[in-house]
Amino acid sequence: MGKLYNAIFSAGVAFVLACLMIGVKLNTDGTTLQVTGASTEQWAWIIGGIALVFFSQIFADQIDTAFGKIPKPTVSHFLPEGDKMAQLKPWLMAGVFVCMVIWPFMVSRGSVDLATLALIYIMLGLGLNIVVGLAGLLDLGYVAFYAVGAYTYALLSQYFDMSFWICLPISAGMAALFGFILGFPVLRLRGDYLAIVTLGFGEIIRILLNNWTAVTGGPNGISGIDKPALFGLEFTRRSKDGATLFHEYFGIDYSSSYKVIFLYLIAVVLVAFVIFVINRLMRMPIGRAWEALREDEIACRSLGLNRTAIKLSAFTIGASTAGFAGSFFAARQGFISPESFTFIESAIILAIVVLGGMGSQIGVILAAIIMTILPELAREFSEYRMLLFGLTMVLMMRWRPQGLVPMKRPVLELK
Amino acid sequence: MSQLLLDVNGLTMQFGGLVAVNKVNLTVKNRQIVSVIGPNGAGKTTVFNCLSGFYIPTAGSVMFKGKEIAGMKDFQISRQGLVRTFQHVRLFSNMTVIENMLVAQHRHLNTGLLAGLFKTPSYRRLEQEAMDRAIFWLKEVDLLDSANRESGNLSYGQQRRLEIARCMVTQPELLMLDEPAAGLNPNETKELDELIIKLRDEHEISILLIEHDMGLVMGISDHIYVIAQGTPLADGNADDIKNNPDVIKAYLGES
Repeated sequence: MGKLYNAIFSAGVAFVLACLMIGVKLNTDGTTLQVTGASTEQWAWIIGGIALVFFSQIFADQIDTAFGKIPKPTVSHFLPEGDKMAQLKPWLMAGVFVCMVIWPFMVSRGSVDLATLALIYIMLGLGLNIVVGLAGLLDLGYVAFYAVGAYTYALLSQYFDMSFWICLPISAGMAALFGFILGFPVLRLRGDYLAIVTLGFGEIIRILLNNWTAVTGGPNGISGIDKPALFGLEFTRRSKDGATLFHEYFGIDYSSSYKVIFLYLIAVVLVAFVIFVINRLMRMPIGRAWEALREDEIACRSLGLNRTAIKLSAFTIGASTAGFAGSFFAARQGFISPESFTFIESAIILAIVVLGGMGSQIGVILAAIIMTILPELAREFSEYRMLLFGLTMVLMMRWRPQGLVPMKRPVLELK
Repeated sequence: MSQLLLDVNGLTMQFGGLVAVNKVNLTVKNRQIVSVIGPNGAGKTTVFNCLSGFYIPTAGSVMFKGKEIAGMKDFQISRQGLVRTFQHVRLFSNMTVIENMLVAQHRHLNTGLLAGLFKTPSYRRLEQEAMDRAIFWLKEVDLLDSANRESGNLSYGQQRRLEIARCMVTQPELLMLDEPAAGLNPNETKELDELIIKLRDEHEISILLIEHDMGLVMGISDHIYVIAQGTPLADGNADDIKNNPDVIKAYLGES
């Protein structure tokens, strides 16, 4: 009986939503709006969809058992045993790195550009992974630190003409400072409350950037941000102020893809650096303390761990990674505006962390790649992009809630 | 007076109008096992919470090694060498046993960011020392074989032992155990009994114990305090307490 009621209710909700979204269309006709109903074919689809919802609710149990029969994917079968893995690891990493460096010279400019974007999301995912995955602090305003990093470089470059390489650490530092400032008021908050406050913080930063027109240019953003240079060699076609150009120096023809490849290579190096640092951090006392804090705060206090310092360090280091990514983002785009730092960005980064597996670096990297490349592959269905995104999420949580590659506990050598 | 490790005077804890703990006095000497007993809701755990800094007592003084610790932050108190366990096991259950042991030694390690990033010699040395201490204590509580298991997957008795080992690895001088025998079977209780005595005799620390298992308490305590409804009722050695009419009345009710 309860099932039937459930099914009718779900079908009803589906009906209302479908009618509102697909069944009725608004057309502008000159200055007036006209309401047009859906075509018969569309109505058939809607009714079909509602029927699907209805029956999937009625047969929920059967569907569940059918799902249960599908074998869950396990990566461990394909990987060699622990000892061999440890021997292979450095070679594997070196191999991947070399491939990453050679790869852009063989593919199209668009792919390299896309890969650069994926690398930015990897950095963001890894940074948020510290805060959410390790320290267990749900941060919905992570994009704020990304914005701080981007605007720090953009403004310093515009007003003081500072170079990318000097601004990179400064941006990370600024974002870290903001992380520290946000950390203080939220020290005592956990879970939902923390999420709301960080959500608010993200919006504050975006609205501030939007309205502080005198400095940030408001909604118009900042354009003409300098691209990074290679030891002072610029990648533009013509020199602005007499600086040496890359193609002139090496005596080759100008090609715009040099710049794209150079940006990509910078991203590879930055990501490698971030991975190295975070990997070390995770195995350091501070990394263990983050996880311990996630597990049990009271036990931490009773063992002499200063939770204030630990939480603040998680926020600060997570934020500085976003600042890093942000300043690179500004350099790559050459143009930034508050539009780039809306809540949906935070949501995507969080989705990357959850999809990849909380705390797992490999998982986050994989998820970041999937999340940036999938929408590009599905360009033909760009209207349904968000729908696909939602569907992926639902299936993922249904099928593999622990993430693509769940975090593995390190096995420590006992003498 | 120098041999007094812990000296509590007139400890009072009020929550609004409710006096949970009323003028409790308590002393613990070096290498002593002291128990606090009392009926349910008597305020024993509240005393522990006051001593370990989870609550800030309304009145009274808590001297530890001759230093006032009432009002200090919880993590500062545990760094002085006074650590506690909890009534309900509180492990970092998604972390491995050995990780639990290493987290506990956080303050003994080199937590500098750069030192860790570059793995400086001092960082490596401290990390190795921590590892050795962790292995030593895991051996003591017979958990070395499970070192790389997730602590949440251990049996209940093992979890209890790990919690004690995790406290011991911080190198405390006073260990406060809040109902360590709760939920253990008679065999495990006997092992716990031996472990506590070993901690006192071999590792020369003092233990303050809250326990309902009277067999355990009477067998190992050097001194016993009885609290009822937040107020001290009696204190003395096991025989004094067993024969004290007030204590019998508090536990069994008036006849």
